[in-house]
Amino acid sequence: MTAPAANDATPAERRAALALVSPAWLAFIVLLAGPTLAVFVLSLTDWQLGAPTMNFIGLGNYEQLFADRVFWKSFGNTAVYCLVTVPGSVFLGLGLALLIEGATFGRGFYRAAYFLPVTSTLIAMAVVWEFLLHPSVGLINIVLEQVGITGGDWLKNPSRALFTLAGIGIWQSAGLNMVLFMAGLKSIPADLYEAAEIDGAASAWERFRCVTWPMLGPATLFVTVVSGIRSFQVFDTVEVLTKGGPNKSTEVLLYTMYTEAFNFFRTGYGAAITVVFLVVVLALTLLQVKAGEKRTHYG
Amino acid sequence: MKPGGSILGHILRHLLLIAGLVIMLTPFVWMISTSLKPPNEIFSTKLSLLPNNWAAADNYGKAFTKVPLLRYLLNGVIVTGGIFLLQLVVSLPAAYALAKLRFKGRDILFTMVLIGLMIPAQAPAIPRYVMLYEVGLLDSYAALIVPFVFSAFGIFLMRQFFKTVPDDLMHAARIDGLGEFEILWRIMLPLAMPAMLAFGVISVVSHWNDFFWPLIVIQTGDLATPPLGTLFFRNEEAGSDFGPLMAGTVVITAPLVLLFLAAQRRFIEGVTLSGMKG
Repeated sequence: MTAPAANDATPAERRAALALVSPAWLAFIVLLAGPTLAVFVLSLTDWQLGAPTMNFIGLGNYEQLFADRVFWKSFGNTAVYCLVTVPGSVFLGLGLALLIEGATFGRGFYRAAYFLPVTSTLIAMAVVWEFLLHPSVGLINIVLEQVGITGGDWLKNPSRALFTLAGIGIWQSAGLNMVLFMAGLKSIPADLYEAAEIDGAASAWERFRCVTWPMLGPATLFVTVVSGIRSFQVFDTVEVLTKGGPNKSTEVLLYTMYTEAFNFFRTGYGAAITVVFLVVVLALTLLQVKAGEKRTHYG
Repeated sequence: MKPGGSILGHILRHLLLIAGLVIMLTPFVWMISTSLKPPNEIFSTKLSLLPNNWAAADNYGKAFTKVPLLRYLLNGVIVTGGIFLLQLVVSLPAAYALAKLRFKGRDILFTMVLIGLMIPAQAPAIPRYVMLYEVGLLDSYAALIVPFVFSAFGIFLMRQFFKTVPDDLMHAARIDGLGEFEILWRIMLPLAMPAMLAFGVISVVSHWNDFFWPLIVIQTGDLATPPLGTLFFRNEEAGSDFGPLMAGTVVITAPLVLLFLAAQRRFIEGVTLSGMKG
């Protein structure tokens, strides 16, 4: 804080400031802080939307949740989705950033083209993917057929559906990680490469190993955590393409929350799932803040 | 990074990039290609990019008559525009005060903004829904717009920007007799245009593409945003009449893709800035 303490301010300045911040305070309390705290309170009740009575049942919802096989299935699926999508999109993003930044021409073109999936409306593209993945008339299986592979069903096969969704997740987010890595690459001083070359790092691989990779370390941590947070929130493709099926094989945390709270209107139970979701996202966010501090340290 | 390497290296690099590009862009290319084809060519296993018999008029015509596509796009404009405008009305004064004025509770408010940055949009969904239910506003434009009026990211971004404006500018204005509101409106606002645009890109892209919230609060077809409309269309088609369906997805994806191609640099800067918000 650079400005002097509040008690130096003139009454007029204080009045003006109060008027300027009060809409934001009001909106914050009514629309964000209040509802977020209310989730915790609701998670301790047996309330169902529209029901006349609401009883506090302590940790009852959580006990039920942790004893529910569907919840653990859902939590596990979300973890598997993240464990596939995050490394996939981070390495792809890093590879693309290195390949494109090292090119002598066409950089702007490649960057824009690879970024395109990030800005396109995911729901519309999910419908397109559904068509591409169609077992008989989909492009993917037709192409596979021509090289002698029988593609099978991508979205209705329980051992495969989650990985298909993860593939779409990688397709959608690789471009975002690419531009984040590009920002990291730009911050590496050019003289480091010259120094490495003088010190005998002759090949591109050695320069990558001695300069780029260590300098990019904090950026990599940051991109990984941000990808983790995004992947943990997977919902759109699940709702459009699989509805959690087949056999709960693509049931993910937000989808479980959505069905409990907004299809079955088990408000208290849905709130408990939201709390679990929020705790994981906040833990990841704290990691991100730590990664961010490291990143600014390296400048 | 330093461009360099052998000629072979260059060729290999571009071959890799182009091969990757083919995979990344296939969904877009196939979507457009299918939207131009008649059913018998769509269901043929012989692959071709362009149709033998053009069915574009038929497919796009059906897409526009089966569901109110233009209405969905208009809803998208109303909702994202409404959200962004109200976000500015709430964020700009607060950001200016946080950056430039001394008052009680400033540090608390800024801490709240930082905490707000961490909370994912789905976390307050249930109580927000209950509130809208209690006041009878479910299934309305208000339900789509009002919950997002407070933007921690908007306040944070604009505050960081106002911090960079020299204090002398305000002092001079105050000596000229301008009040804080006038300083904000006549001096700060014009200066803040680039930062507002960056915020606008992030806000509009994320709310245009948002699916979770409209899915929860909207039942009426006429109020659907583009992503929700896409789902209605898909369900109507029962996933078999692919020509019109792909024509519909072309129409739904086009506005943001065109906007992106027109203002790439600002898009990429804005999204890099926000890191996690799409």
